[in-house]
Amino acid sequence: MKPIIFSAESLKKEFNRRVIFDSVSFTLHEGGVFAVTGRNGSGKSTLVKILCGLLSPTKGAIRVTIEGKEVNMDVLFRRIGFIAPYLNMYEEFSGIENLTLFGKIRGLSKPPLEQNNFVGDAEELLRRFNIFDRRHDEVRTYSSGMKQRLKFAAALLHRPEILMMDEPTSNLDEEGIATVRSVIAEQRKHGILIIATNEKDDVKYADTVLNLDERKTRKSSS
Amino acid sequence: MKSTTAKIGLVIWLTLVIFAAILFPMVPAPEKWYEFPIIPGLEEKARIIFFHVPMAWTTVVAFIASTIYGIRFLMTKNLDYDLRSVSAAGLGTMFCILATITGSLWAKFNWGSFWNWDPRETSIFVLLLIYGAYFALRSAVDVEEKRATLSAVYSIIAGVTVPFFIFVMPRIMTGLHPGSKGDPQGAGPVVQFKMAPNMLLVFFASLIGFTLLYFWMFDIKVRSSRLELHSQQPQE
Amino acid sequence: MKIFTAPAIYIFLKDSHSEIRTRYALNALLMFVVTALALVLFSVGNEVVGTDVLSGILWVIIFFSGMSGLSRTFVSEEERGTSATLQLISRPTSVLLGKLFFNFVLIFSLNMLIAVLYQLLVNRFVVLTPSIFWMTIFLGSCALASSSTIIAAIIAKANTRGTLYPVLSFPIMLPLLLTVMNATRLSTEGAAFAEALGEFQILISYTVVVVTISILLFSFVWKD
Repeated sequence: MKPIIFSAESLKKEFNRRVIFDSVSFTLHEGGVFAVTGRNGSGKSTLVKILCGLLSPTKGAIRVTIEGKEVNMDVLFRRIGFIAPYLNMYEEFSGIENLTLFGKIRGLSKPPLEQNNFVGDAEELLRRFNIFDRRHDEVRTYSSGMKQRLKFAAALLHRPEILMMDEPTSNLDEEGIATVRSVIAEQRKHGILIIATNEKDDVKYADTVLNLDERKTRKSSS
Repeated sequence: MKSTTAKIGLVIWLTLVIFAAILFPMVPAPEKWYEFPIIPGLEEKARIIFFHVPMAWTTVVAFIASTIYGIRFLMTKNLDYDLRSVSAAGLGTMFCILATITGSLWAKFNWGSFWNWDPRETSIFVLLLIYGAYFALRSAVDVEEKRATLSAVYSIIAGVTVPFFIFVMPRIMTGLHPGSKGDPQGAGPVVQFKMAPNMLLVFFASLIGFTLLYFWMFDIKVRSSRLELHSQQPQE
Repeated sequence: MKIFTAPAIYIFLKDSHSEIRTRYALNALLMFVVTALALVLFSVGNEVVGTDVLSGILWVIIFFSGMSGLSRTFVSEEERGTSATLQLISRPTSVLLGKLFFNFVLIFSLNMLIAVLYQLLVNRFVVLTPSIFWMTIFLGSCALASSSTIIAAIIAKANTRGTLYPVLSFPIMLPLLLTVMNATRLSTEGAAFAEALGEFQILISYTVVVVTISILLFSFVWKD
């Protein structure tokens, strides 16, 4: 397991001069699972968006250190996989096209092969999330659950050290939820996992829970 | 500009400028220190230079100030800089309209029509368009932080493209203003002043006065905007 | 530079591929060109119109055609909620360069089409120095692509996108529009190529300045 440190330093976010949250600080090490909970509108999504670099905080900073080297915020996206309802796939492309596209833009094909040697991984992921049979269909024809599965495949394609999920089990059936559980179990073996959720079942996997309604971190007793 | 003395001083300064600019007589052969020479073809209309040019100048100062505050906002993410940026832009718009109207009125009497698409008229028209676009953009964004960022970026882009007019204009049209292509004194962005020393003095006094007036108004506008914000959103 | 260009090329290919499938911008652009040209032909009729006016009208058509379609690259990402996805797989600079290249290809092919149609249909518009004319079309496309891309990125984040685009673009593009109009007029007057060098210098420096400032500022616009 690589030594990873993910730390948030006194994060603050304001929208229209209204404070969404203030002085959110925590540090995670490899194998850590962190859960963010809170009512609708408490700022869960805003917080995870800041943690993955989609939003900039009003104050504070994110620091990620992998194997003793601090990761530049510009390339943090290479270390992060993110699954969220507002992260859409390209509907006019098929499932496998989406994954191939992401792999190419991320620069996953390694020389000297110069071939898209990540396509095997992509197909493997599609099988795992049980959408392999529909991989050549356009995403616009997918059901919302299938789209959610594809998002998982897209987020795991580059084997990220840090995985973030915003409401991961929404739109998923029993079997899909089971797959998500296996992803969670695997991620805590070799990385960091951050979940924003209100599902009690998801929260119980977390070592640390941040309840944005209470605005403080507590260590889970287990 | 906080102290009362400075404000009273500025009021007196501008009063003197206005007094001199309007009332000093124009004679064919000036002898006394307060007499302006008559410029053939302009006569009394030459007095526009004491008001119109400083207004146009202040427009440019406000535009630059707004862009600089925009850059500072992007660097610090401090919304107070955005407030200053928008205050400067508001004042700039006002001075821009005033300069356009005074120039246009004068053009009617000297060049025969209100608008001639002379290079400098075109430039001030473009500045008006930029200010208009700036405020149109601001009203189309809801989140204050995003609005501040986008309008700052826009004013910077406008700031780097406007100087192109200096190179574009002289190639395209002959101007009527001094310092344009076809002007016997030679073309160039900088006008060669050939004014009588006492006119030059009043002109620069007016330029300084208008600039200081702008900073005073800017100060008032920023403080009143801050108060407005404060009263809208009482601190918890 | 390769770290930016390789992803940028894939983003460009993605946009082109997507455009070919959905024809989001293309159909609207083509129809706009046809409509605008028809309108010009109707209004000119058999009147004798000077070539300087015709040079101006050519660029009026190009400007408004561009305004009807060039914002799509960013607006479509925003509307479909894919901009966050794109943010998480590439650097801002790669996105900007990819979109810039896409817009350039789009406006350049569009301008070539308009230029050919305009010469065929407007009888009085005769280009005497083709080298100036086609150079103007090429450099004008570069300059238009550079400013239209960053303005598109800005308006994609605003609410009233359609009307805002020409409003924000016009003051920024005016120096370049005046320059290309003047260069086109020179080409119809049979001027020597060297006479238009000044115009070309302005267009090249405009493109360089706008692209540089766009690269510097894009991440502010792109990140929410």
